[in-house]
Amino acid sequence: MAVISYIQAVTQALREEMQRDEKVFVLGEDVGKRGGVFRATDGLYDEFGEDRVLDTPLAESAIAGVGIGAAMYGMRPVAEMQFADFIMPAVNQIISEAAKIRYRSNNDWSAPITIRAPYGGGVHGALYHSQSVEAVFANQPGLKIVMPSTPYDVKGLLKASIRDNDPVLFFEHKRAYRLIKGEVPEEDYTLPIGKADVKREGSDITVITYGLCVHFALQAAEKLAEEGIDAHILDLRTVYPLDKESIIEAASKTGKVLLVTEDNKEGGIISEVSAIVSENCLFDLDAPVQRLAGPDIPSMPYAPTMEKHFMMNPDKVEKAMRDLAEF
Amino acid sequence: MAENRHKDLGLTDEQVLDMFRTMLLARRIDERMWLLNRAGKIPFVISCQGQEAAQVGASYALDRDKDYALPYYRDMGVVLSFGMTAQDLMLSGFAKAEDPNSGGRQMPGHFGQKKNRIVTGSSPVTTQVPHAVGIALAGKMEKKDFVSLVTFGEGSSNQGDFHEGANFAGVHKLPVIFMVENNKYAISVPVSKQLACEKVSDRAIGYGMPGYTVDGNDPLAVYEAVKAAADRGRNGEGPTLIETVSYRLTPHSSDDDDRVYRERDEVDEAKKKDSIVTFANYLREQGILTEEKETELNDEINQIVNEATDYAENAAYAEPESAMKFVYEE
Repeated sequence: MAVISYIQAVTQALREEMQRDEKVFVLGEDVGKRGGVFRATDGLYDEFGEDRVLDTPLAESAIAGVGIGAAMYGMRPVAEMQFADFIMPAVNQIISEAAKIRYRSNNDWSAPITIRAPYGGGVHGALYHSQSVEAVFANQPGLKIVMPSTPYDVKGLLKASIRDNDPVLFFEHKRAYRLIKGEVPEEDYTLPIGKADVKREGSDITVITYGLCVHFALQAAEKLAEEGIDAHILDLRTVYPLDKESIIEAASKTGKVLLVTEDNKEGGIISEVSAIVSENCLFDLDAPVQRLAGPDIPSMPYAPTMEKHFMMNPDKVEKAMRDLAEF
Repeated sequence: MAENRHKDLGLTDEQVLDMFRTMLLARRIDERMWLLNRAGKIPFVISCQGQEAAQVGASYALDRDKDYALPYYRDMGVVLSFGMTAQDLMLSGFAKAEDPNSGGRQMPGHFGQKKNRIVTGSSPVTTQVPHAVGIALAGKMEKKDFVSLVTFGEGSSNQGDFHEGANFAGVHKLPVIFMVENNKYAISVPVSKQLACEKVSDRAIGYGMPGYTVDGNDPLAVYEAVKAAADRGRNGEGPTLIETVSYRLTPHSSDDDDRVYRERDEVDEAKKKDSIVTFANYLREQGILTEEKETELNDEINQIVNEATDYAENAAYAEPESAMKFVYEE
């Protein structure tokens, strides 16, 4: 099996889906000739031409809205928001339109659009190139939000998102793009949206997280294993709607639960995970549910000192895991 | 006898009479809905009155077997022209399960019916504009020759989605007809407080498309403008912006009281130009709408509206638990 990077898995999934189905097309800012500012659509313009790798005007609501229109017609648009931070002008199109089109038309119409966006910090991106925006959308029934952690999951879940008959927000951690590499089969495969994945089996503590933080938890778990602490790690993969069954199973398994996100602490995905654990696992818990998250400040500052203070890292995760194990 | 204007447009006597019939049907359904609302039978009405000529004139200029309509909440004339029935509309008014627009999930005026290519809409205004552009883009990619007609009010022409959508269509030369139904009011705010330019159509130049302002009370003028725009679109010449100027004859909705922001004289003056009156006069002058024909038409429409009302009133509501369905594909 070939080892490729996280972003190569994005490109591979897009290319294969565009080869498989001519209704699949890409639209966004700089996705064409430039191949995307992160190079996620590298080579697609040459292979599929400007009609299927569409450079749009700089206007995010139109990128989403035009994509939604094409999806309602029967196409399979993959819209790119250059940075997740810039999705805000498109929120009305995503929440008022994409999320509700099937419901409001009583199943007459649907909007099978995939909206990709790089999120997350640790790249000197400051306030507006570092944000995690999943919580903005994670209480909107009708939407699905996928946030993969590995190249294998990226490819399988991006293909599944494109083939899904409902709108999917696909958030890719921009620092993972070149940092994270992994084995990816060359043949076609998909992974189920809505299913979490156990990334490490363990029996002492449970870490539930998603995205780049999965890797921080895995690294911390290896260190802690040397101290005799055996961590169970659940990767949510889909953060909305949540895989309640897997969350309950993972939490009940060890009775000690640490929830990790790079997003702000209050009102985020892990807050909902915490509620699910509280509602369902009271008698299996041996410690209070712990949340490790970014601070509740507007976004990640630019200066390296402050950025580091905000950003999640393996050391922070390791400390929180050890504290919980020792509870 | 007055000049025959419709023959020059390629319209037969039968076609113009049919246009009038659809305008009148829209008006009578709308009027009935107000009565039902005031009688406490339906909770909400939002009106097409005063805009029927623009809506029907535009729709009849299209190929209603392949073109797409993305109406806004006043467009009863558009959806009737595209194949929705009086019964469908009454089912929507009463929020009954059989309502093809939404199964009783949305307020009346939130149209959608896939089989007639009427694209589902919402309440936040102007969101349908980029959708029309996306549908036209898909048609271009699939090498189809349909056009999409998207309508909205003059107030909505201030929304970002209008500007973003118009620019996108202009850049990619897509077959979209942007039709602004300028009825002079965005709820209570007059056009003078909505636009810094003289006409909405002045905005077209910024998006590389032609813009025209036509009399929205004249279905033939609207027909002519939209026909030319559809031809342009099908020929690959790109989008067109058309502004139809008429007047909103009713309050904004059944929950509005327009007496607090506009004079009765102004409304009375506008009623003199009401297309239901003026187009009927034209058809009488042409000898198309004879006294006999008019009686027949009124009786027929009255019967349609009565039957639609009775059917919808007696139809079943959706089961409460059905509210849980169709969040995602099932």
